[in-house]
Amino acid sequence: MIPQAVDYKRAGSVSEAISLLAENPDAKILAGGHSLIPAMKLRLNSPSLLIDIARIAELRFITAGDGAVAIGAASTHNDIISNADIQSRFLAMVEAGELIGDTQVRNMGTLGGSIAHADPSADWPGVLLALNATVKVEGAGGTREIAAADFFTGFFSTALEEGEIVTEIHIPNPVAGANSSYQKFLQPASRFAIVGCAVAVVITDGVISEAKVAFNGVSGEGAFLDEAVSTALLGKAATLETIEAAVAGAAEGIDINEDHYASKVYRKHLAKVYAKRALVAACEL
Amino acid sequence: MPKISVTVNGTSYSHEVEGRLLLVHYLRDVLGLTGTHVGCDTSSCGACTIHLDGKSVKSCSLLAAQADGSSITTIEGLAPEGELHPLQVGFKEEHGLQCGFCTPGMIMCAADLLEHNSTPSEQEIREALEGNICRCTGYHNIVRAIQSASGQLETAAP
Ligand SMILES: Cc1cc2nc3c(=O)[nH]c(=O)nc-3n(C[C@H](O)[C@H](O)[C@H](O)COP(=O)(O)OP(=O)(O)OC[C@H]3O[C@@H](n4cnc5c(N)ncnc54)[C@H](O)[C@@H]3O)c2cc1C
Ligand code: FES
Ligand code: FES
Repeated sequence: MIPQAVDYKRAGSVSEAISLLAENPDAKILAGGHSLIPAMKLRLNSPSLLIDIARIAELRFITAGDGAVAIGAASTHNDIISNADIQSRFLAMVEAGELIGDTQVRNMGTLGGSIAHADPSADWPGVLLALNATVKVEGAGGTREIAAADFFTGFFSTALEEGEIVTEIHIPNPVAGANSSYQKFLQPASRFAIVGCAVAVVITDGVISEAKVAFNGVSGEGAFLDEAVSTALLGKAATLETIEAAVAGAAEGIDINEDHYASKVYRKHLAKVYAKRALVAACEL
Repeated sequence: MPKISVTVNGTSYSHEVEGRLLLVHYLRDVLGLTGTHVGCDTSSCGACTIHLDGKSVKSCSLLAAQADGSSITTIEGLAPEGELHPLQVGFKEEHGLQCGFCTPGMIMCAADLLEHNSTPSEQEIREALEGNICRCTGYHNIVRAIQSASGQLETAAP
C-alpha cells in the first residue's frame, strides 16, 4: 500500500520544527513513523507535509537529574529500555517497553510519538500515569508542563494544542521504598494491550504509603488512573489480601471497551487479574 | 522532492525521491535490491527487515527520506560476494526455510540479535523474532538455524 503524495522536510531543531508546523497547518510531525506511516499507507491519514523530528539531537536524550529523569521525546522505545538509569529506577518502564511491538518497532517508535498519538491500547500512557510523569510541550507561544493525568484526554486525544510538539517527558525519581510494575495481556499479532496495568507503590515499614494504579487498553477513552483501587491500597499492609480486596473494585464505573478480541465482561475480569499481577510484582510478594 | 544520500551495502547513492516513497520500494525498485521482501500491508510480517545504521527495522514502515544520511545493510550485503554469512549457512544446513519468502527478514533480524548477544537462548531467539512471521516452517528450524549459526548446536554443520 502506498501513501498519498506528501512533502517531507527534516527539521534541524525544535524551533525549526515549530515554525514549519506554524507555516503549514496541514503538516504532521513525523517521529518514528510507526503509527503514522502505517496509517498513511492505509490512507487513514494524508498530511500535506511531514516534518521529521527523529534526528533532532536535543530531542533524543535521557538524563537522570536530582528530582527526575528527563527523556527526550524522540528517544526510541529501545533507547529507553536499554538505559541504565531507567533500568535502576523504573521497572514498569522496562517491562512495558520490552513488550511494545517487536525489536524492529522498538528501534523506530518513540516515546513522544506514542503519547502524542495516544492510542487507547498503547503501553506508555498507563506507565506515565502511574509514575506521575510530566509532559513538556513547546509551541510558538512558549513551553508548558502538563501532568500526565491532564495530558491524556480521551480516544486518540491529548492536551497538545495546534502547533505544539512534545519535547520532553519527566519522571520523578523513586523515593525510598518505591517500586513499579507493568503487566499486560497482549493482542498476539500487534502486541498492543488488550489490558495493560501499570502500578507504582511506595512501601514504608510493610505498609503501602503511596499507590497509583493505571490501565490502558481497558477503556476506549484511553489510559486512566483507577482512583478507587489506588485509594483502597493506601495505609494497608502490603499483602496479598490487601491487593485482592483492592483489585476487586478495578475498572468500576468505567466505560469498558468491547471488540472482537475481548468483551466488556472479559476485559473487566482481565483488569482485575492484571492489576493483581502488577501489584504483586511491585510489592515483591 | 527530497534528495537523499544513503550508503547501501557499502555503496553510496544519491537520488531525488518522492516524499511518499517507502524505503522498501527504494531498495527494490530504484536500487534493484529485491532480496528485501514485502509480505504484508500492516507492518506485521518482518519480511522487509533491513539494518538502518546497524539496527533492524521494517523498511515497509519507513520513508526512503527518513533514511537520508544513513548506512543500510540488506540481505545482499550481509556477506561478501560469493560467501555465505554464518546465518545463511545455518538456515541452509538446518532447513530453516521452505518457500524462503520470510528468510531475508529472518536473517537480518537474527543478525541484529547476534550482534548484541552472541549466544542467545532459545527463548531469546524466539522473542527476537516476534516481528517476523513465517507461514511455512513452524519456526522450529529457524530457531535451530540461529542456534547453529551461533555455534550452539552439537550437530552444527561443519
Ligand atoms: C507492528 C506494530 C506493533 C506495535 N505494537 C505496539 C504495542 O504493543 N504497544 C504500543 O504502545 N505501541 C505499539 N505500536 C506503536 C508504536 O509504538 C509507535 O511507534 C508509537 O505509537 C508511535 O511512535 P512514533 O515515534 O512511531 O510516532 P509517529 O508514527 O511518527 O507519530 C505518531 C503521531 O504522533 C505525532 N507526533 C510524533 N511525535 C510527536 C511529538 N514529539 N510531538 C507532537 N506530536 C508528535 C505524529 O504527528 C503522529 O500524529 C506498534 C506499531 C507497529 C507498527
Ligand atoms: S512488509 Fe514490512 S512488515 Fe510486512
Ligand atoms: S519459509 Fe515460507 S514464509 Fe517462511
